[in-house]
Amino acid sequence: MKSILSRDEKIFARASAVLLAVFALITFSPFILIAISSISSTQSLAYHGYSFFPESLSLDSYIYMVAQGKMILRSYSVSLFVTFVGTITSLIITPLLAYPLSRKDFKLRNLFTFLVFFSLLFNGGVVPSYIMWAKYLSLKNTIWALIFPTYLMNGFNVILVKNYFEKNIPKDLIEAAQIDGANELTIFSKVMIPLSTPVIATIGMFTGLAYWNDWINGLYYISDPALYGVQQLLIRILSNIAFLRSGAAASIVGNITISLPGDSIRMALAIVGILPILIVFPLLQKYFIRGIVIGAIKG
Amino acid sequence: MRPKRTFLKSIQYFLPLLLMTLPGMVYLIINNYLPMLGIIIAFKKMDYAKGILASQWIGLSNFKFLFSTPDAWVMTRNTLLYNLAFLVIGTAFAVGLAIMMYEITSSFIAKYFQGMYLLPNLISMVVVSYLVFAFLNADTGMFPKSVFPNLNIQEINFYTAPGYWPFILLIVFLWKNTGYASIIYLASIAGIDKSIYEAAKIDGASKLNQIRFITLPLIKPTIIILFLFFIGRMMYSDFGLFYQVTLNSGALYSTTQTIDTYVYRGLMQLGNIGMASAAGVYQSVVGFILVLGANFLVKKFNPENALF
Repeated sequence: MKSILSRDEKIFARASAVLLAVFALITFSPFILIAISSISSTQSLAYHGYSFFPESLSLDSYIYMVAQGKMILRSYSVSLFVTFVGTITSLIITPLLAYPLSRKDFKLRNLFTFLVFFSLLFNGGVVPSYIMWAKYLSLKNTIWALIFPTYLMNGFNVILVKNYFEKNIPKDLIEAAQIDGANELTIFSKVMIPLSTPVIATIGMFTGLAYWNDWINGLYYISDPALYGVQQLLIRILSNIAFLRSGAAASIVGNITISLPGDSIRMALAIVGILPILIVFPLLQKYFIRGIVIGAIKG
Repeated sequence: MRPKRTFLKSIQYFLPLLLMTLPGMVYLIINNYLPMLGIIIAFKKMDYAKGILASQWIGLSNFKFLFSTPDAWVMTRNTLLYNLAFLVIGTAFAVGLAIMMYEITSSFIAKYFQGMYLLPNLISMVVVSYLVFAFLNADTGMFPKSVFPNLNIQEINFYTAPGYWPFILLIVFLWKNTGYASIIYLASIAGIDKSIYEAAKIDGASKLNQIRFITLPLIKPTIIILFLFFIGRMMYSDFGLFYQVTLNSGALYSTTQTIDTYVYRGLMQLGNIGMASAAGVYQSVVGFILVLGANFLVKKFNPENALF
């Protein structure tokens, strides 16, 4: 039945649309500000600061980045490596733990499920974690410090996948595979995983995002600039723009120097930092929204 | 019916599953459970040279010191008040946005709007700190440099003026989280039976009355559940929001220090492990009690949504 809209419903719908458009513009405006600032000329920034309406434009910051971009490229490869290795590992060990926990005939099921669950309710805090990873496991200033602490697996995802296995994969299917002589690993990889792509994609997306955006592990464990990821490079540059010059000095050939367009390059770097998200997000938006809803139902 | 298994058979049956849990369980024990044992650090005079176990026990001294400083009160007050503001105002915004979004769900533009509302949630707090910096910094920020001079407002250096930050951080929080939170409410509104609205319309209910008497009461369970889960997180704050967005500015501590930033600064910048670990344990234990309390309330109110 198609409902007929009354007059005040029409007014409400229109008013909503207008307000939502205004909100969308306001929410998006900071991104426009940094984009415009990144192509504002140095003089313009010196007189008027960051502005939606700069007096003159210039691509100096991007030219500088391309010419002296070694440090940026390096941080990018660190972030990509960490995101890739961390997410893949997480996508292996999380379902691998969730599968036995979803099996009613697994004897340690209750104990292990409790341990997973309890890790969400209580934690030892930052201090013991830091001392363990840094002093006892010697992770400081290694790439593993960006991968191991906190993000590799979390109990919430384990429970999410376990519930998905229990609710969406018929027990008969597992029993049929057992009768056919399939071992557990085969059942896991040939039955469970192919039938669980929505939930695997969801946790993969959130884990990947967490790794790409993480800067806290870097803050605690990394002081060697060679191991800076994109986020950590951004932190360093915000407080000290000259840092970019110090790293670039090595790549200057002969006595050609390019002056550092400090104020605009900051914003250009912020753009570079969110570029992967801006590219990937429109493709994944639908799954992302579904993921939030899945997470909230059992969250 | 399955045949009764012999001991050997049941090992054969059990072992592969156990092996599969191994990587995850080992990680869980290292990442989550070993640090729980590390809580003893708060009761010791930690000496790296001796290690945790050989360091001297000092009872509750760290806690006594911590709670005799004004810091303990300031960080607790800030953490709780910010969370309270985020909870109440954040929920109002998210519900409002969801109600309006529902009006335009069939429109092609809804998807683009939603994308824009969600985008802030996807970027790191480091990038957020850049955005805030672009608006507020004294040398090149948009407000101090081009907006305020035109309005004849005198110069403000935000990064040394603590009074403004509760508002700034609230705006940043709303900007970053409202779109995300509204999705859950939107899903809840979409689940309401359309015939209820039809019936109300026949009775002559206006749109605003429909929202007040149908939409809001029917999503109330969702609101209450999310409220209670939030209460379980009351002792925790978003470290990035309070540390990175404020650019770790010491002048702002009175309004921006939370338990999380205090623990970080104590551990990494001041080298005061005793105080930092005491504050961490205080946060964990009170946080745990709040989770249990919140879950008790959820159970009473709506058993199927209880965590345990």
